[in-house]
Amino acid sequence: MLLELEQVSLRFAGNTVLDKVDFGVEAGSLASLIGPNGAGKTSLFNSITGFYRPQEGRIDFNGERILRRKPHKVTQMGVARTFQNVRLFREMSVMENVMAGMHCRTKAGAFGAVLRTPGQRAEERYIAEVAHECMRFVGIDQYADRLATNLAYGYQRLVEIARALATQPRLILLDEPAAGLNGTEKAALIELIRRIRDERDVAVLLIEHDMGLVMQVSEHIHVLDYGRIIAKGTAEAVKNNPKVIEAYLGQEDEEMVL
Amino acid sequence: MTTSTDRPSNLIDRLYAYFDSPRRQMLLLVGIVLVLAIMPLFMGRYTTTIMTNALLYVVLALGLNIVVGYAGLLDLGYAAFFAVGAYSIGILTVQFDWNFWLAIPPALIAACMAGVIIGGPTLRLRSDYLAIVTLGFGEIVRFGARNLEITGRASGLSNIPEPNLFGYVINSYVDFYYVFLLLAVLAVIASHRLYHSRLGRAWLYVRHDEDAAEAMGINRVRVKLAAYVTGSVFGAIGGIFFSVNLGAISPESFSFEQSVLILMAVILGGMGKIHGVILGAFIIILGPELLRELGELRLLLFAVIMLLIMLMRPSGIWPERRH
Repeated sequence: MLLELEQVSLRFAGNTVLDKVDFGVEAGSLASLIGPNGAGKTSLFNSITGFYRPQEGRIDFNGERILRRKPHKVTQMGVARTFQNVRLFREMSVMENVMAGMHCRTKAGAFGAVLRTPGQRAEERYIAEVAHECMRFVGIDQYADRLATNLAYGYQRLVEIARALATQPRLILLDEPAAGLNGTEKAALIELIRRIRDERDVAVLLIEHDMGLVMQVSEHIHVLDYGRIIAKGTAEAVKNNPKVIEAYLGQEDEEMVL
Repeated sequence: MTTSTDRPSNLIDRLYAYFDSPRRQMLLLVGIVLVLAIMPLFMGRYTTTIMTNALLYVVLALGLNIVVGYAGLLDLGYAAFFAVGAYSIGILTVQFDWNFWLAIPPALIAACMAGVIIGGPTLRLRSDYLAIVTLGFGEIVRFGARNLEITGRASGLSNIPEPNLFGYVINSYVDFYYVFLLLAVLAVIASHRLYHSRLGRAWLYVRHDEDAAEAMGINRVRVKLAAYVTGSVFGAIGGIFFSVNLGAISPESFSFEQSVLILMAVILGGMGKIHGVILGAFIIILGPELLRELGELRLLLFAVIMLLIMLMRPSGIWPERRH
């Protein structure tokens, strides 16, 4: 297992958000985390990436403990993420955004910058090279010099993915990458997710509400409801699991009442 | 979708737009430096001294700009770093008879340490708390200087020896004008290089969105600390040469008012933008001098002019313009 969670519990002011979650992602696999709204999916992402600190349990990545490590440490260890509401550095160029991902793989400081040492210049070239490669990979190289905020929403999502790839991860967590995308963009996203795994050997874990997309790309699906994992398995197995149907039907009822 | 279709409306904006390309900016800077380089031939002692002071402020404001403009940390006690540089030189050369040049490295190390001491425990605070703590730090340094034997208490240190550069004694007001012109040019180059570097980008990332920056593997506390220490080195370099220029320093040179003036230069000109900050530093120093004929009223009038500028151009006279 590349990522392994054991009995992870997270509480906020007495409310149990995650309840003894057991969960795992294998190296080089495509996995999804689904569940009704408020089930705790994003909280689980935040716990893995160090933004939340679960009170109990164990989270291992690549054989190392990552529970309660700082977010930047977790990223350095090889876990990258995107955010549910795109969080780009809006007033910076696409190129500069993607370069951010390289920060944890490089080391030049103030001295190198002021003196423009050969090492620092080589590193800057390397950062630019990787950034361009990542932008080409997701197909936004032609927008490198645009301000991030001036791009269409679908492209902003791609910038976020390119930025996450630039951290050179072994696992990438995508939080609702298809939200707000049209049909064509969704098809391209499915293709991109597969290429991330096939061409870069990066495991992908996604949170997604679009069931069609989830069923198409995922090899493993985990279903979260009220902070508990209620089912896991292949698309086929999960689709026919009575617990899953109940969890989703319950939610649809509520939505109909509203 | 093109972004540059919005035509700059007034003359000033069109002027800035003209100087938006890096090449023209470079030419402008080289032009300004050339003019500044020949100016002492035509200026009297009084004007040259004022210009020297303005160049000192360029160095200080560019240093504070790294903290406030690049990293987005409000610092109300920046004069403390200026003081640490000046007093380190004063103490080592006057009390211990050190050579000026040999005293520079310890002075810079002292400034770095001051940056770490004030930054380390406080950078986790939100920016408004940080402002209060830095204000307190500035006052602590000044009160320390006022009360310690080694800093000469309230009367300060005098008879700081003039630097000797390979047999040439730097002592005339024209010499010091060129020293500060050189420092200002170096400060501009350093600021520019920092801005276009891995660390400079990290400052902007953290300023724009701390969480997203951390998700990119950026240690925000460390990056902010780097801004603090880099800024303090600029301040200390200003202080080092300020002390030998005047030959005497006293605690009142490093008051809260001094910190505010430097901060004003940064904000007035346009935070984060090197040209803006240079312009701000010149306005802060030359403004009151140009209005000197008005006597008592000059500071009042200066204050009103600054208020008007901030009302009309809230992001500074020459703000950061990106793409």
